Amino acid sequence: MAHFGENKNFSNPVVNWIDNRLPIFTMLIKEYGVFPMPRNVNYMWSFGGIAMTMLGIMILTGIMMAMNYTPHTTLAFDSVERTMRDVNFGWLLRYIHMNGASFFFIAVYIHIARGLFYGSYKKPRELLWMFGVVILLLMMATAFMGYALPWSQMSGWGVTVITSMFSAIPLVGDGLVTWLWGGFSVDNPTLNRFYALHFLLPFVILGVVFIHVWALHVTGSNNPTGVEPKTPADTVPFAPYVSTKDSVALVFFLTIFLGVVFFYPLALTEVDHFRKFDPMQTPAHIVPEWYFLPFYAILRAFTMDITIPFTTVVLLPAKLQGVLAMFGSIILLVFLPWLDRNPVKSGRFRPVFKWCIWLLFVDFFVLMYSGAKPPEGLPLIMGQLGTLYYFVLFLVILPVLSFKEKNLPVPASISADPGCCKKH
Amino acid sequence: MKKTLSMLAVAAVISAATPAFASEAEVPPHQKWPHQGVFGTYDKAALQRGFQVYKEVCAACHSMKLLSYRDLTQLGYTPEQVKTVAAEYQIPDGPNDEGEMFERPGRPADRFHSPFPNDKAARAANGGALPPDMSLLSKAREHGDDYIYSILTGYEEKPAGFDLMPGLNYNKYFAGHQIAMAKPLNEGQVTYTDGTANTLEQQARDVTQFLAWASEPHMEQRKGMGLKVMIFMLAFCGIMVAAKRKLWADIH
Repeated sequence: MAHFGENKNFSNPVVNWIDNRLPIFTMLIKEYGVFPMPRNVNYMWSFGGIAMTMLGIMILTGIMMAMNYTPHTTLAFDSVERTMRDVNFGWLLRYIHMNGASFFFIAVYIHIARGLFYGSYKKPRELLWMFGVVILLLMMATAFMGYALPWSQMSGWGVTVITSMFSAIPLVGDGLVTWLWGGFSVDNPTLNRFYALHFLLPFVILGVVFIHVWALHVTGSNNPTGVEPKTPADTVPFAPYVSTKDSVALVFFLTIFLGVVFFYPLALTEVDHFRKFDPMQTPAHIVPEWYFLPFYAILRAFTMDITIPFTTVVLLPAKLQGVLAMFGSIILLVFLPWLDRNPVKSGRFRPVFKWCIWLLFVDFFVLMYSGAKPPEGLPLIMGQLGTLYYFVLFLVILPVLSFKEKNLPVPASISADPGCCKKH
Repeated sequence: MKKTLSMLAVAAVISAATPAFASEAEVPPHQKWPHQGVFGTYDKAALQRGFQVYKEVCAACHSMKLLSYRDLTQLGYTPEQVKTVAAEYQIPDGPNDEGEMFERPGRPADRFHSPFPNDKAARAANGGALPPDMSLLSKAREHGDDYIYSILTGYEEKPAGFDLMPGLNYNKYFAGHQIAMAKPLNEGQVTYTDGTANTLEQQARDVTQFLAWASEPHMEQRKGMGLKVMIFMLAFCGIMVAAKRKLWADIH
């Protein structure tokens, strides 16, 4: 009884009976009904809910795809094609699932960008942010393994390239790769474990999302001013105000998503995804899905071994540098709350930070372009400069701006902000 | 500074090495296809002619393992016609009650008959090259339909001085320009049952459209449903915006 404080009194006797034994309705009203939201949140705050919806769509279509899928190297490709051709609306399931992954990442990247710009990672939301980084890592693992399942040329070679990265780890690298593959090459055991994990991880994501949302409901949402709500005048109840606003964003997002699903379902994929995996034939150039390209560019930005000066002893081979940088680029986000210690949250009141973050968003696309091109000439140099900026921003600029930046005056409260309550 | 310079040097060496790819294929010119775009649909007459080209020419070497004869009803053939087409092929089946494999005439539910029993046999009969399965060809090639059409019409005399390996053929749209497939289609090769003029371009266009259908047989259903979904979603967007505005009006 004491879990959610006072139970509400419901007029419906059945609801009341249930609520007195399991206060689920009291909880829903507290967390999704009267839950106070800053009244000035903009549409950037809708992307968490959108991402959660995409997760639901992915799990539902994924389960139905799994019902028609055969995890075997000789049968996987044809079983996916059978789903496309002979299962009722199988083509729709597959195109929703395939493009859903992309749109899930679009939603999550916008969600992260919003968190970065408005300082949503700062006190008291550090743990909330860190669980978010865990979700991102899990999503990347899940997407990568899902991409392997059709056992196409892109699948097989993508798996080969990415798993081979671990061979860069000194001493245990080669053994680790054999262990990951379940053999001495990318083969049936690899596909089987990827399938098992691709089925498992979305539910792990769901669990971490639950923790993420739980933590959110303890601190409440950040807002464009970065000033915490002080009085009831600063907030509105989640339902119906913010739930309706989120629905507007969700419906627009789904409209664009479905437009791609129905009219340009192949826009975000590669032609080699429609050729069976042939271990004897390497495609002309191997690129991952677009949402991995920035990190792929970081991986390939390192081209020179670091040696002990005046000798040929290699201290840190280029490949290992790339692998460390790629994983580091995401892991360092965990420490962001302590890298940026400026007390002002919102980029609106930080004149230097604001431009540095915008440059990071541009950098993300520069790296994406670089990752899509063969690693030579101008794209390679763009990738290297992009990687340099990424790390300099997080490891040098943000720590320095923590103390050196001249912040603009922050409004006393959300309602006192002149931009807060203008007509929309 | 030294590091930057050597990095630039590395980049220069790499870009100097790229002319190895200079003989890369020409980009296939863009063609207009009836099935393109949001409202595009398949031209059934072209698909039927394309199927005839596939059946009489391509099928000698290329399999289409993902298609069944019953799928041909989508081209406008009657179930009876499909039965007749399927029955022209001998399909391996079995084992029977005596434990013997046997052959029987094809049925509409059978997959398209493959010209070779396996890839090794296909290579052996084609000078070591493997004719790709064509079920997904137009989705599995850069520039899709334009590429297929261009390959079929892109055979030329090799330019003077071009070093063509024995057994290969010159095609300006193929990567490296040396393709194992001999020129498959010629002027007047297939006599169309509907009397359409059988120029090389016409046959290439027809079979390209047939392959586009084969790789995406549900395209018309997809676009038709998509149109209804879009109309619904746009109306939904409008209603949500109106609801939100009305709701928030008293907040501001």
